[in-house]
Amino acid sequence: MSLKVVIPAPLRKFTAGAEIVETEAGQIREVIDRLEERFPGIRNSICEPSGSLRRFINIYVDGEDIRFLSNTETPVRDGAEVAIVPAISGGSRG
Amino acid sequence: MSFVRALKCRECGKEYAARLQAGCEDCFAPLEVDYDYEGVARSLSRRELESRPSSMWKYRELLPLEGEPTVGKASGGTPLVRAERLGRALGLENLYLKNDSVCFPTLSFKDRVTGVAVNKALEFKLEAVGCASTGNLANSVAANAAAAGLPAYILIPDNLEASKVAATAIYGPRLIAVRGNYDDVNRLCSQIADRHPWGFVNVNLRPFYAEGSKTVGFEIAEQLGWRAPDAVVVPMAGGALISKIHKGLGELVRVGLLDSSSTRLYGAQAAGCNPIVDAVRRQTTEIRPVKPNTIAKSLAIGNPADGYYASGFIQQTGGWAEDSSDEEIVAGIRLLAETEGLYTETAGGVSVAAARKLVESGKIKPGDLTVIVITGNGLKTPEAAKLEAPPVIEAKIGAFEDLVKGVAYVA
Repeated sequence: MSLKVVIPAPLRKFTAGAEIVETEAGQIREVIDRLEERFPGIRNSICEPSGSLRRFINIYVDGEDIRFLSNTETPVRDGAEVAIVPAISGGSRG
Repeated sequence: MSFVRALKCRECGKEYAARLQAGCEDCFAPLEVDYDYEGVARSLSRRELESRPSSMWKYRELLPLEGEPTVGKASGGTPLVRAERLGRALGLENLYLKNDSVCFPTLSFKDRVTGVAVNKALEFKLEAVGCASTGNLANSVAANAAAAGLPAYILIPDNLEASKVAATAIYGPRLIAVRGNYDDVNRLCSQIADRHPWGFVNVNLRPFYAEGSKTVGFEIAEQLGWRAPDAVVVPMAGGALISKIHKGLGELVRVGLLDSSSTRLYGAQAAGCNPIVDAVRRQTTEIRPVKPNTIAKSLAIGNPADGYYASGFIQQTGGWAEDSSDEEIVAGIRLLAETEGLYTETAGGVSVAAARKLVESGKIKPGDLTVIVITGNGLKTPEAAKLEAPPVIEAKIGAFEDLVKGVAYVA
């Protein structure tokens, strides 16, 4: 199943600057696995060593916070948009 | 003139120069402005502060501007009012109201935070400012941006009170209503701030912006005669104000302006949007986000950015948090108006209702020196209090006498 992952500016150092990454996965946990395979190190920025999401990282599936769904077990359908958004975000340009 | 030392990650402690940056690059946690407190202590004294004109900028050594403010020069410096009649109604002998419903220029405490943020945007020479807002912040960013001559992009939920929308639109910003709640708007703003070189006051200007809220704490302590209250009751949306009042009181102790502070923090939310109250009740700092459903739209943030810290500080200080139904909120607005002649927006009703419960449960003792923080003006949400229309009579003395007949005259 093909879906779109929106990578926030602070994580684009792992994706060679790409903002949108296409991948295939059945649930959020798998999305993170696929990202880590392609962009080693990115998982550490998204998850705690225990595997749970970092406190200041939010993930949305088609605009809905996964904490209202099934967290990292949330299923993702074909064509879904998965957005990784730091709780407090915005680039450094000052 | 600035005593800013660095921006410091609240979690890992990594330090950054004072630049436009929302969070830590490593752990994404919020950044806190850190000051040269020894330097501040050497330059500030009670006497020096008392000699300065009344506004939030009298505490400029503990604010993160490099130079003098350009806009919002008269913000802050709001009254601290002794509230004997409300105190009697609530069972409090030493009650004060910090009245930011008359903050300049847009009648809410948000003028303090946007004062810092918009001036900081000017210092950073940003081409535009913006915000995600439940209403009060939109009013204030639009007004201060207009005064600064900066374009403003203001995003609001599509269900806000008409009066709050008007009080933003009048300043001529790019005002955009977004289908959804504040949390949807805020997420969109984070994504916009990722792409456009603008200063979103509560996103990438947040470390500076939030510092403005400390001045509520500074003023309360100075207005009490350089004393920290026993208890402070604060409405919570994102949880930044209560956290910054705590930081402000701590800083006054650190620079020697207060001998000590053991103020207990009491947070107030609506029952229809209570993620921080819920965390305090569970005695944790883990926030479970909610979908807001309350008339207190100014507090309707289901995923509070500073909820983790607010719930932690409340518990550390020995405080507590309470929530109230829409009916209790309206009763709180009316009680405050009828006892103190002070008309507040819904957040004030939330705080008064919470104070009542905190006294009833014994969390706040009758003798505690207590301050309720009133953050916004009632004229912004006239539809909230659900008032009856007045009776209409003919312009005849008989009609008047008929109407008031039977009403006892009390001298």
